[in-house]
Parts: sequence; structure tokens; C-alpha cells
Amino acid sequence: MDLLVEQIIFFAFAGMTVLAGAVVVAVRNPVHSVLALVVAFVASAGLWLLLEAEFLALVLIFVYVGAVMTLFLFVVMMLNIRELPSREGFVRFLPLALFALAAIVAMMVFVIGPQHFGLAQYAIPAHHGADYSNIRELGLVLYTHDVYPFELAAVLLLIAIIAAISLSFRGRRVGTRSQVPSAQIAVKSADRIRIIKMASEPKVKR
Amino acid sequence: MTFTIPNFIPAIPEIFMLVMICVILMTDLFLGKRIKSIAYSLTQLTLIGAFLLTMHQYGMPKVYTFDHMYVLDKLAILSKLAILLVSFFVFLYSREYIGMTKLPRGEYHILGLFAVLGMMVLVSASNFLTLYLGLEVLSLPLYAMVALKRDSGVASEAAMKYFVMGALASGMLLYGLSMLYGVSHSLDFTAVAKVVSETSPAHSLILIFGLVFIIAGIAFKMGAAPFHMWVPDVYDGSPTSVTLFISSAPKIAALIMAYRLLVESAPGLIIQWQHVLMVIAVLSIVLGNVVAIAQSNIKRMLAYSSIAHMGYMLLGIIAGTKAGYASSLFYVFTYSMMSMGAFAMLLMMSKSGFEAENIEDLQGLNSRNPWYALMMLLIMFSMAGIPPAVGFFAKLGVLEAVINANMTWLAIVALIFAIVGAYYYLRVVKVMYFDDPKDATAVTAPMDMRIAITINGLAVIALGLFPSALIGLCRNVFFG
Repeated sequence: MDLLVEQIIFFAFAGMTVLAGAVVVAVRNPVHSVLALVVAFVASAGLWLLLEAEFLALVLIFVYVGAVMTLFLFVVMMLNIRELPSREGFVRFLPLALFALAAIVAMMVFVIGPQHFGLAQYAIPAHHGADYSNIRELGLVLYTHDVYPFELAAVLLLIAIIAAISLSFRGRRVGTRSQVPSAQIAVKSADRIRIIKMASEPKVKR
Repeated sequence: MTFTIPNFIPAIPEIFMLVMICVILMTDLFLGKRIKSIAYSLTQLTLIGAFLLTMHQYGMPKVYTFDHMYVLDKLAILSKLAILLVSFFVFLYSREYIGMTKLPRGEYHILGLFAVLGMMVLVSASNFLTLYLGLEVLSLPLYAMVALKRDSGVASEAAMKYFVMGALASGMLLYGLSMLYGVSHSLDFTAVAKVVSETSPAHSLILIFGLVFIIAGIAFKMGAAPFHMWVPDVYDGSPTSVTLFISSAPKIAALIMAYRLLVESAPGLIIQWQHVLMVIAVLSIVLGNVVAIAQSNIKRMLAYSSIAHMGYMLLGIIAGTKAGYASSLFYVFTYSMMSMGAFAMLLMMSKSGFEAENIEDLQGLNSRNPWYALMMLLIMFSMAGIPPAVGFFAKLGVLEAVINANMTWLAIVALIFAIVGAYYYLRVVKVMYFDDPKDATAVTAPMDMRIAITINGLAVIALGLFPSALIGLCRNVFFG
């Protein structure tokens, strides 16, 4: 692919990511926030595609956009928060925040510019052919060379679920309706339907 | 692509811990209702088991495994032993309090063990990826443990602050690490260190940029000024047993993390990180000691004191010598022992419905239980750095290291504020011995706790009288 085309695609996706990120924090309606986050994820998936990480890009869309953000949207909609009542201190802290933002952006431009990470220092990585399989490469290292961090990440997920359950589960309260599968399976038709035999009514003459 | 099965033997203690955590998780689920103490006893057995397994590795030559991601060296072994020992005492002290405040036993112990596992992974990391994962495995359970007292608004607020601050710190750390990765194209400590020392000064701007973020992340996790804001709120807001945990073993892990990141992976930037750390250490020592004077809440006072102690601990790293690192290691071991004793005393003073958290709550402890008062006295003397308690030798070690590194002004500042700090430690002693108690009932605790606090208090004085054994162990790590 032509380098220029690639650059245009990169800046389009990168700009979209930054813009969507700004919208996430700037809009008042939480539903719009979530939708803007979806845009940010899709745009970053585009960036990953440029890096030839097709599998990760697709996973980002499937998992984050498809599952996580949908769940987020459900939660936000269920909580029924139309608009946040007010943004306390937004104006008050704005100058400080803008200053910090400007300082960090200036530092980043100064440090991560082409003079340090330009083509002179780092050559363009070679493009892979059409027969290159992203998933294959991942699969080769994930359970072999990277097995230790992989297991640690699994431990992290286990901790997350234990923590979430222990913080939110408050024991079965009186009056909570819940399913009892064993009783559901053991039920007989006689428990549910009562067949009443009754004489048919005589015809009423008009 | 060739692949050989990694050598699992060095990681046996971690594997044992993880397996046992899963066993406890299941056992507590099915037997926790009937046998109330099962989670506690199994937890302590696990810690003892892991301690013995690690002990068995002591003296083994340095070995890498899991594709150079896991290292077992003397530093890792010694700090793992310390972490396991401290955690054993922490759970022992907390048992009574957990029952009293009706914290969920099973979850509490499981999350605690996960945090211990995280510390072990962290101190054995030789790769940015495993270091970061270890850090998260350590932090995530701690956030949850702070919030375990669900009905308390203060605890939830503390947990929220801790979580947001922790996430921010992780983000900063990752950003800094990504800079080092960008230059070195490697996550491995030794490979990064090689590239860092070979980089030309023109290129080192990126490295310094990354280093600043890494140090900010480390300071956040350690709770050193100016990234200390969360420390007093978290210490104050969490259940005392969780404060006890947070203030002891994780500090050891935080020091090792700082050592691995700065000394092992960026030795070429020593001038730069020395300067940044100097600012952090001086700020921590000054701010911690001065603000602690104004506190009437003893948990907050100890929180500010911990900020100051982190500053002293960093002095050894700043010195940049092997003797300096050894003195930092000695400092953190003794600090976690003292901090553990101080919070354990608060746990023993608490009764159901009453939390000992103000300095006044210690009034007249001498007449209520002279032995406990003596133990607390020893711990306070040690924290203040008064000989012959061990805290004196810890401070002496780090000060000696900075003086030998020709940074005498730093030692003078540290010394002046150590004297300022002595005021608030001695105030606790004064309150215990010379004030009349409001509540004259005797303070009692179960036998195991009494034995533990006695060992803890006497260890403070014994190590102060005979410090050479522990100092020798710490020096052996770096000089051997």
C-alpha cells in the first residue's frame, strides 16, 4: 500500500479516536457517552488493522463493542439517568485541567516526535504476505512462551469475579424471587393444571 | 520455532499458593457455614507451606524460567520469606477482628492470599509484563478488601479513592514502560538495561520521559509524596485489619518493584532517577513528619508516618550503592514489622461496636494492660528511631549509605525531621503512661494474639540489640 494512503487512513482513525474520547467525557447524556466510547473502540480497531493485527482488531470489536459496551448500555439505560444534574467544579478545575493537558501534549510532541521515532531511527516494518496468519502467530506463543503471563491474567480475572461477587452479593434476602431448578424439573403436570370435570351447561333457549 | 517445557521448580511456592487458594475457595463454599474457622486455618497452613517451600529454595543459585520472565534470585527468596512471614502475622492478628466486625471470612482470606500471591509474583518478575501483572494481582484484591465493610460509607469512599488512584498509577507506570519498550524493543529487564546503557545522550530524552512516568507510578504505589493523597484516607477508611495488611507486606513488594525497575532495568539512568527520587524522598520525609503531628486520629497519624518512612526507605536506593540497597531492604523489613505491631495493638483495643482509632483511645493503657503498653512503647520507640530499638539501626543504615554517597545534606534533612517525628511517637507513649484511662476495663485478647504481639514487640528490641543477623542477610542479597 502506498505510504501516503496509509498515513491518511492512520490520521483519520487516530483523529476519530481522540475526538470520540473527548466526546465521552464532554457530553452530558451517559448514553451518548457510551456510544462515543463505541466509536473510539471501532476507530482503535482500525488502527490495529493498519498494524496488521487483524485478530486483535476483530476481537476488540466483537468483545468490547459487541459484548462489554452493550452491557454498559443496558446498565446505563436501566439506571435511567437522563442527564447528570450538574458537573460540579467543571469550570473551576477547567484551567488547571487545560494546563495539565497542554503540558502533557507539549511533552509528548516534543519527545515522541519524528526526531526520536522517525524513519531514520526505526525502519518501516516489512509487510506480511497474504498467507500470513495473525491467529497462528498468536497461538504459537500464547500457550508456550507467554504461558506464565497468560496464567497470571487468568488469575486476575478470577480475582475480579471473586471481588465483584463478594462486594455485591448480600446473601439471599427474604422476599427475593429466585428459581429453584430442582423443583422446576420435579414438577408434575398435576401440580400445575387442575382438571375439573363438570357437567356441561344445558342449552339456554332464547 | 522451538519450544521447551519451562522449568516449573523455581515457581513451586507460587503454584502451591494458587492451588491452595482454589482449594480454600471451594472448601469455604461447602464447609464455611459449618466450620467457621476453616478459611482461617487453611490460609495459615498455606502461608506456612509456601514459607517452607521458599525456605527450601534458599541458597539456590540465580535461575530464570518461563522464557526469562521469572527470576529466582536471593532478593526474590528473601523478600518472599519476609512477605509470607508478615502475612502470617497479619492474618493471625486479624482473625478476632474479622469475626467481631462480621466481615465475610472466606472472601477476606481468599482475597488476602491473592494479594500475597501478587506480591510473590511481583518480587520474582524479570520482565515488565510479569511485573505489571504481579502488581495488579496485588492491588486488585486490596481495593476489594478495603470495600469489604459494605455498610460503611467511609470504607466505600476509601476504596473508590484507592481504586481510582491505583488505576491512574498503573496507567502512568504502563505509559512509562511503553517508552522504555519503544526504545529498547524488549520487555526483559536485562535486555532493557543493556539498551539503556548503550543509548546515546541524544536519544535518552525518551528514556528520561518514560522514567519520570515510571517513578510517578512507583511513588503512587508506595504512597510517597507528592503522590501520597490516598494514603491517609485509605488507612483511615478501611477496616483496621485491612489497614494492617496494606501497611505491612505490600510495602516490601513496592520496594522490590522500585529496585527491579530502577536498578535492574535502568542502571544507565542512575543520575536521572537519583535526582527525581531525592525530591520525592525529601518531600515525603518533611510532609509525613510535619503533618503527622497535627493528627488526632492514630490511623491517620500512622498513615503520615508511613509516608515519612517511605521517604527514609528511598534514601538507600538514592545512594545507588549495594550497601544502600541492602539498608533499604533492612529498613522495609523492620518497618513492616513495626507497622504491623502498631496496627495490631489498635485491633486488640477494638471491641465490638467500638473502633480504637483516636490517640485518646490509648489513654492509660499502662493501667489497663501494662504488658501491651510496654510492647506499644517499644514499637513507638522503634518507629521514632530511638536506640536500642531496631528502627534506630534501620535509620542509621540508610543515613550511612547516603553519607557514603556524598549526599550529606540529604542525611541532615532526614535527621532533623526524624527528630521532629519523634514528637508524635512519644506523644502516644505519653498518652499511654501518664494519662488516666476513660475506660478502665482491662484489655484482653486471645492467647495466640498475645503470643504474637509479644514476639512482635520483643523482636523489635531483640533485632535492635543484635541487628547483625538480619543486616547480614540483607547484605548477602546484594554482595554475595
